[in-house]
Amino acid sequence: MSASAARPSDVLPGLGRKIGSLRQERRWALITAYISLVVAAIVMLAPPFYMLITSLKTSAEISNPVGTPWIVRDPTLANYTALISDPMFRGFFWNSIIVTVLVVAVTMVISVLAAFALARMKFFGSQVLATGVFLTYLVPDTLLFIPLYQIVGGLDLLNSKWGLVLVYPTLSVPFCTWIMIGYFASIPKELDEAALIDGANWMQMLTKIFIPVALPGIIAATIFAFTVSWAAFVYPTAFITRPDEMPLTIGVVSQLIRGDTFAWGQLMAGALLAAMPPVIVYAFLMDYYIAGLTAGATKG
Amino acid sequence: MALDATTALAGGPMTPAGGGTLRRLARRRSTIAFLMTLPLIAVIAGLVAYPAGYAIYLATLNRRMTGFIGLGNFEILLESETFRMVIWQSCFFAVTAVILKALFGFWLASMLHHIPTKGQRIWRGMLLLPWVVPPALSTLGWWWMFDPSYSSINWVLTAIGGPAIPWLGEPWWARVSVILVNVWAGTPFFMIMYLAALKSVPDQLYEAAAIDGATGWQGLRYVTLPMMRNIISITVLFSLIVTFANYDIVRVLTNGGPRDLTHVFASYAFQVGILSGNIPRGAAVSLFMFPILAGIAFFVLRGVTQRNKEMA
Amino acid sequence: MAQVNIKKVVKEYEGGVQAVKGIDLDIGDKEFVVLVGPSGCGKSTTLRMIAGLEEITSGAIEIDGNIVNDVPPRDRDIAMVFQNYALYPHMSVYDNMAFGLMLRKFPREEIRRRVENAARILDIGPLLERKPKALSGGQRQRVAMGRAIVRDPKVFLFDEPLSNLDAKLRVQMRTEIKKVHQTVKTTTVYVTHDQVEAMTLADRVVVMNHGIIEQVGPPQVLYHSPATKFVAGFIGSPAMNFIPARLEQASGALNVRLSDGALLPVPADRTARYAGHAGREVLFGIRPEHLTAASQMEARPGLAPLSLTPEVVEPLGAETLFYCWRDGGEICAKIDPGVAAAPGVPLAMTADMNRMHIIDPATDKVL
Repeated sequence: MSASAARPSDVLPGLGRKIGSLRQERRWALITAYISLVVAAIVMLAPPFYMLITSLKTSAEISNPVGTPWIVRDPTLANYTALISDPMFRGFFWNSIIVTVLVVAVTMVISVLAAFALARMKFFGSQVLATGVFLTYLVPDTLLFIPLYQIVGGLDLLNSKWGLVLVYPTLSVPFCTWIMIGYFASIPKELDEAALIDGANWMQMLTKIFIPVALPGIIAATIFAFTVSWAAFVYPTAFITRPDEMPLTIGVVSQLIRGDTFAWGQLMAGALLAAMPPVIVYAFLMDYYIAGLTAGATKG
Repeated sequence: MALDATTALAGGPMTPAGGGTLRRLARRRSTIAFLMTLPLIAVIAGLVAYPAGYAIYLATLNRRMTGFIGLGNFEILLESETFRMVIWQSCFFAVTAVILKALFGFWLASMLHHIPTKGQRIWRGMLLLPWVVPPALSTLGWWWMFDPSYSSINWVLTAIGGPAIPWLGEPWWARVSVILVNVWAGTPFFMIMYLAALKSVPDQLYEAAAIDGATGWQGLRYVTLPMMRNIISITVLFSLIVTFANYDIVRVLTNGGPRDLTHVFASYAFQVGILSGNIPRGAAVSLFMFPILAGIAFFVLRGVTQRNKEMA
Repeated sequence: MAQVNIKKVVKEYEGGVQAVKGIDLDIGDKEFVVLVGPSGCGKSTTLRMIAGLEEITSGAIEIDGNIVNDVPPRDRDIAMVFQNYALYPHMSVYDNMAFGLMLRKFPREEIRRRVENAARILDIGPLLERKPKALSGGQRQRVAMGRAIVRDPKVFLFDEPLSNLDAKLRVQMRTEIKKVHQTVKTTTVYVTHDQVEAMTLADRVVVMNHGIIEQVGPPQVLYHSPATKFVAGFIGSPAMNFIPARLEQASGALNVRLSDGALLPVPADRTARYAGHAGREVLFGIRPEHLTAASQMEARPGLAPLSLTPEVVEPLGAETLFYCWRDGGEICAKIDPGVAAAPGVPLAMTADMNRMHIIDPATDKVL
């Protein structure tokens, strides 16, 4: 780094400081840090917290607020039970699960195979393809949903969750392939050579060595594929208008808002229930989640 | 190669004439590799490249998709007051939101980096939550917090003596609301990326800088930021693209209103293409994003590769 | 048990860089051969060609009389120990060793027998259930060897296996490897850049430089009769001194005239050998251990007196090294620690001319 040199004149003020100021400086830095974090945590957690509070309120309490709306006076689980017993809402959930499971499976097969080939077997055009994967990742879904609407319509898959299973891989495959290339490339070359001498063929090398060794990467990529397909919004909004084929995101947004009289409690309960699976995955696999998040930039 | 052929004849156990097994293996390896990447190629070609090309074709058609009108859709769009507002609003939204996310993200990352490692996990866990909740759903929560009659934010503002704000009712406040929600949802991403970057700077560099006489601020200016340049640019690139192309928040929060004044490219394309059924014009709206995104990506990635070469 | 024959093997990389420039080498059954040389000399490439990890550009490699040029690694019946051990991190020590046998569909009982046998030889029985991560460097090294032993291959290949260990462990593992070879008696090709490792382990050492073989021979031969300047300088530590000199004939006797004027007589039994080069510029080569203080040597034929002024003195305990600079060249001498040597004080030395080497600077061959 060219800019690392500090001017000598900057040293002098430091020498003039009182003894003990170093410790005090550290303490102030720590206090500033904690204050910032507390404020940030309040801001970050306020909306989900308020959603939770609202979801526990009766419609009567919501429409006649007395004092602060930030607490619940008469908690009820009625909003949740109403949703869970609603076949339409259960249908959203079911659709989301089917679509997500299929998309995750398809994504992982495609991206692990491709990443293995791209990371380890040089072949004609492999470099171009690797770059292509990265660039594809940069193409947002909102650029493609109109032509895809036509294509999916042409296949007669509008208003069908199978149409979503077809197009969701555009969201997940490029990034998953990209981070798997990074994970596979970080496996030392001697490991494949040892396996080669031990008598493994390419498939055995992938299943017995690469997949187990890169397991953290596989988990991270799986989480990513899961999160992305669960949260996908543009495609289902564009392609699905029939409630019985809707996944959760669009289902909650479009179907739980009925006319002008909003059932706020139920809406919030629905949003929270819909957000549950990714939050649970995150709670248990935070480290993998973060690894996957940062892998794209640091391994690229 | 001629030499190779003669030695091969000398009695190897498994050497057919013309090219050895190893070389054939290498060829077969290419074939296997190609087969393994075939599904990926199918996805990229069939679901990204083909639709992209198809979008260009669509954008040159008339509304009924029966006739070719060249750049007609683009001309009409550029002449429309609403669309010019969409361009302006998209750029304003993306640039403001990304700058704010980058600043808040960096601030939180360095604060996290400051506190003892033991406590970092729990804070990180809490602060990342907005990123984990699907944005369409968390935006519903914000929508409810912005509700004109029951706004819980306004309740807080009034409680501390501030004015009640017409969050989604007045165009400027609606724009602010959209940015606010986007910053809320996107800051954790920046924070986590920057934290990873901060952790990757070796402590010895700071120690060396401190001994060279750098103050904390100078350490940041001359050591941390230069070391993080690549991650910063890549994060900004990702976020700029995603923010620019954002749909969820606008759709749920304002749906383009009031009076179509908060539309961004994506929501306007949706409105024109899907809701009003003018597919070609919608495709044209989407396509307007492409040169802008490509330009951003080109400059950022060029910078990153250049720096990688210098450091290598 | 097998021999390995390397015939006119050339390795050329894309772009025309020749890493190995046509080498011939015959390795006998049960022999321990060490390929040694500086980095980039082609030793690792040669090993990897024997393993089948690199393609051979031209020439032939035979294992047990069969040309294996086109045989993939798994069918060559070889085992290899890598520099970073290349242990499979997700498998236990037992599975690491069993993997190759499992892929070859050995019966379970046979696998267990072989792994346990190897574990006994290497003394890693208690570690079998551990993962590589939980092992120390030396233990990983043993497991890597175990993985080779269980296969009972025709040839063992070692690629700088000790260079990731600290100095003390390296010496210990060196002995271990030698012991294992004496037990299993498998033909071994071992690559290292460390000449001490080469000398201590090898039946025969192959010194390589710039893609060619400089000399092949038992360690003692390489030390006492190096064929080229490169071998003379590479084998032995500290390295041999090379001093520009001239062979001068005077009244039937032959002398080495150093560039700064000192005159060293060539022993009578060597006169005939160098007679043809009289009057030529040569390089006078002598090892530090053959350049000693006059006070510690008993007079015998072939010793030549020489005065040197130490500039840097390094007491190592068992011996003392000193360095001086003469005519631009550095000279290192090894003296008895009892001899008082101080920088700047001239010291009476003797050069053991029976152990000297005369090198033709034009060809770099030892005369």
